[in-house]
Amino acid sequence: MAEKAEILSGLAEIVEEVAGVAQDDVSLEKSFVDDLDIDSLSMVEIAVQAEDKFGVKIPDDELANLKTVGDAVDYVSANSK
Amino acid sequence: MSKIDVVVTGLGATTPLGGDVASTWDGLLAGRSGVRTIEADWVERFDLPVKIGAALAEEPTERIPRVQARRLDRCEQVALIAARQAWADAGFTEPTDEHTDVVPERLGVSIGTGIGGPVTLLNQDDLLEEHGIRKVSPLTVPMLMPNGPAAHVGIDLRARAGVHSPASACASGAEGIALGYQMIQTGRADVVIAGGAEACIHPITIAGFAQARTVSTRNDDPAHASRPFDTNRDGFVLGEGAGVVILERADLAAARGATVYARLGGFGITSDAHHITGNHPEGIGQIAAMNEAVRMAGLSAADVGHVNAHATSTVVGDIGEAAAIRKAIGEHPVVTAPKGALGHLVGGAGAVEGIATILALYHGLVPATLNLEELDPKVELDVVAGEPRKVELSAAVSNSFGFGGHNTALLFTPA
Repeated sequence: MAEKAEILSGLAEIVEEVAGVAQDDVSLEKSFVDDLDIDSLSMVEIAVQAEDKFGVKIPDDELANLKTVGDAVDYVSANSK
Repeated sequence: MSKIDVVVTGLGATTPLGGDVASTWDGLLAGRSGVRTIEADWVERFDLPVKIGAALAEEPTERIPRVQARRLDRCEQVALIAARQAWADAGFTEPTDEHTDVVPERLGVSIGTGIGGPVTLLNQDDLLEEHGIRKVSPLTVPMLMPNGPAAHVGIDLRARAGVHSPASACASGAEGIALGYQMIQTGRADVVIAGGAEACIHPITIAGFAQARTVSTRNDDPAHASRPFDTNRDGFVLGEGAGVVILERADLAAARGATVYARLGGFGITSDAHHITGNHPEGIGQIAAMNEAVRMAGLSAADVGHVNAHATSTVVGDIGEAAAIRKAIGEHPVVTAPKGALGHLVGGAGAVEGIATILALYHGLVPATLNLEELDPKVELDVVAGEPRKVELSAAVSNSFGFGGHNTALLFTPA
């Protein structure tokens, strides 16, 4: 299981690459949609890149539940091998 | 319904001659060529018979931030660049939630393209074949759709009066301007962002045009490959770029003290109903388009002192158009063919050449046709060669024709 801090920084890199949000702004309490202004299309790209980076599967119905950066970090932490 | 005066108050372009209107116009006047050897491995890999193209002088990513650029097909990028330039040139500021210079419900967009985003389509198909669906971008469809360039401009500049994207091959950019004029004439909008865009230099388009035997193979001498009306022409050169103008109700433009480049007096749009790529042998559609533009403007053919020809540098097409110009306008107009310098921008061509026509009127200066060294004796027209020509103009026509038998003529008069 990857360390949460490591997951957060890896996720922040992906979010910056896809959506142009500065890595420092990608913090646990932020909502992808409301705070980081990321649309549903970019969320799909972020999910695919996160799957590759962390070796997890993020099915669509799970993706819908990942509202905040913290939700995503917890999900990856719990599901990565 | 009384006729509404429509004027041009802003110009924007990115072309093989330059990343904006000023550098493009300077390139046309200086006789620079935008045609170069294509520096891509696929030319060798597919052993293409055509190794030249007119790529943009300035990469779109120079002007569009990385994250936005990766969500846009190159065709959408160039449309956005040209539209933002035209918008700023018209004296408008970037719209915000608090302030828009034009009421969004009175602002329209009409930006055509020949084929939209085939490069995105093909790249995403490669990813699908190689890696399966996971690697296919969720932005695939919005990037490849031909209404994408117009739609992105509409979002960027907040146009809610309707966004149109005419697709009429190489006439698309001119048709974009014509339909923009119509939006104002019919009362649907006060201001329209109008033009055309294309960015489809790719092995499949080069191969397709090469197989149709329509493109120049003067690979050893790119700068002299595109030579409209010249005896030694052997086809067009595929280019990329966009042109956008701001069309505005004349009374509103005057009220806000806008700079007016020209008045759009009228247009003609006709269709040949003849052959999917070949022009009608008597040029009936081309003649009718020019006649209609003159009639709509309330002028006579004798008033038209300048024609910006579509002339692409193909053996058959240039002669057909020359005959049509003689029949519709006469032998008096000063003619130029900007594709000698620009190459053929397909859906962007009619808009960029419309801008060249507007500037010829505005400056009283017609650029020469690059590479016109020996006028084809079948072209019985006064075609400018060598140096730009000073001429006072009271009206000018810009022609654009496209595969499918589309004919569009735009008529501009001085401000």
